[in-house]
Amino acid sequence: MSKIKSCIITDLNKIEEIKSRKKFSDIIFENFTLVFAFIIIALVLFIFYEMFKDAFPARDKFGFDFIFSSEWNAVTENFGALTFIYGTVISSVIALIIALPVSIGVAVFLSELAPQIIKTSLSFLIEILAAIPSIIYGFWGIFVLAPFMRTTIQPSIQSVLGFLPIFQGNAIGFGLLTSGIILAIMIIPIISAVTRDVLKAIPMSQREAAYALGATRWEAIKMALLNAKSGILGATVLGLGRAVGETMAVTMVIGNKANISASLFDPAYSMASVIANEFAEASGELHIASLIYVGLILFAVTLVINTLARLLIYSFTRKADLK
Amino acid sequence: MKQNYYELISKNNLLKRKIISMLMLGLCITAGFLAIIPLVYIFFYTTMQGASSLNLDFFTQIPKPVGESGGGMANAIVGTLILVGLGSIFGIPVGIFAGIYVAEYSKTLLANVIKFVTDVLSGVPSIVIGIFAYGLIVLPMQKFSALAGGFALGILMIPTITRITEEMLKLVPHSLREASLALGIPRWKTTLKIVLKTASGGIITGILLAIARAAGETAPLLFTSFGNSFWSSSLDQPMASIPVQMFNYAISPYEEWHNKAWAGAFVLIALVFVISLIVRISTHKKYSGTI
Repeated sequence: MSKIKSCIITDLNKIEEIKSRKKFSDIIFENFTLVFAFIIIALVLFIFYEMFKDAFPARDKFGFDFIFSSEWNAVTENFGALTFIYGTVISSVIALIIALPVSIGVAVFLSELAPQIIKTSLSFLIEILAAIPSIIYGFWGIFVLAPFMRTTIQPSIQSVLGFLPIFQGNAIGFGLLTSGIILAIMIIPIISAVTRDVLKAIPMSQREAAYALGATRWEAIKMALLNAKSGILGATVLGLGRAVGETMAVTMVIGNKANISASLFDPAYSMASVIANEFAEASGELHIASLIYVGLILFAVTLVINTLARLLIYSFTRKADLK
Repeated sequence: MKQNYYELISKNNLLKRKIISMLMLGLCITAGFLAIIPLVYIFFYTTMQGASSLNLDFFTQIPKPVGESGGGMANAIVGTLILVGLGSIFGIPVGIFAGIYVAEYSKTLLANVIKFVTDVLSGVPSIVIGIFAYGLIVLPMQKFSALAGGFALGILMIPTITRITEEMLKLVPHSLREASLALGIPRWKTTLKIVLKTASGGIITGILLAIARAAGETAPLLFTSFGNSFWSSSLDQPMASIPVQMFNYAISPYEEWHNKAWAGAFVLIALVFVISLIVRISTHKKYSGTI
């Protein structure tokens, strides 16, 4: 009897031992993966710290006036980012104005209207559109879009709306409008893909209810769009983040002239493109620090924009899941 | 909302509403096709321009000075391979293990925070990552280096890989995990040998996608790996890459160089297209979200 008992006890001990051993190895594994996960958080913080540190000479000398000064002179070492902020903001806004209606149309088409076969192939094409390197968009912009803007689009806009200050000046093809159009092409995939997912999260029963009340197909879709508006706003803000940070394509078509002008046809300069153009050749310490300062502002702005976008999208999908 | 519905049915002009409906749906369909016009245009234009200036020399020769005909981008092609390889060494392990953490321990607050930060990281402009690599590696070493470029590409690869690893692991049925645990296999072994293995196809395609994107990145390489007209194999030296070479050629005034750049564009687009096709076919219907 006691023999059996001791046998059971040792078995139990063994089980306990195995249990704790498992737990131990599991804890090691969990923490091992956690380290890698932490690397991501550390990276974001470290990027910020490193740029904050490297921008010190410029931060020290110019402070917050940097944002409001339009002077950019490497000879007198007087730097301010206003021109670049202006170029980035205007080109991104143009991009949003063009991209938003098209993207919503694409999303509606993909989620509500298209038959399965078109849906899959169109989604695939839009995925590729998102994956094409920005240098190729820029290249295409230089050799195809900019000449086309110069010879066809800009003269025809000027002949109709030429009295508006935003459409005056020489139509040289390179400038704010052209970069806005390139950016629009580049952000349509991301805005339409997220909007499509958001629309999918709106329950079918809502549309059915609208139909039951005698709504036409568009009216039912409009209901869905209205209910999805916070999600669509998130998608738009996400697209804005992409547009603000886009570098190569803009650098190649914006004209690269530090210049604040009311005309959308005039060449300008954006935050990302001044870094891309001048960084490798910058000689003075203050010049490099100023470029890093521009980068720091760009980073901070995109960080805020992306956080906002993700929060909007997360809160929307969570709400939709609860429904 | 109630008011809207009321408005809907109270208006009895059905014909007008039907016409508006048709019109708006027509606009949506037009938007669908409008969006892919640039794609089709860029695709065929690049193929036309690039394929004609693509020859064997492009893959075997290094660039020739202005005025001399011939030459290619062999050093840039090898350079891109090395840079992407360096990036993968750093980006793939971080991406996969972070993805495992987010997927397998997803109930914790920390996992959600990490997921969020990963999304935010994916929105950080690539040029900012370039400045970071410059400050971290180029500045202390006092020279442009392939190492800095590879590091920057690695950071850019992480969010894509983490995201797709997480999605793919979540697609693995729970019963598989339970079956494994019921056999007494510890959780970490279950995760590595059962769950990860089941999802490996999807994860590999995700890695391919990240590689395709990294191969086309220009901005972070401009002042990290810089560029080089000659062969270079040492990692602490400037190294050529297809996108940077393309950029230098594109802004040059020489027709000959433009043609070379088109050929480079063709190679990059072909890479993106083939990889996207592989991803699409292998993850067909399994996963349709945005990456």
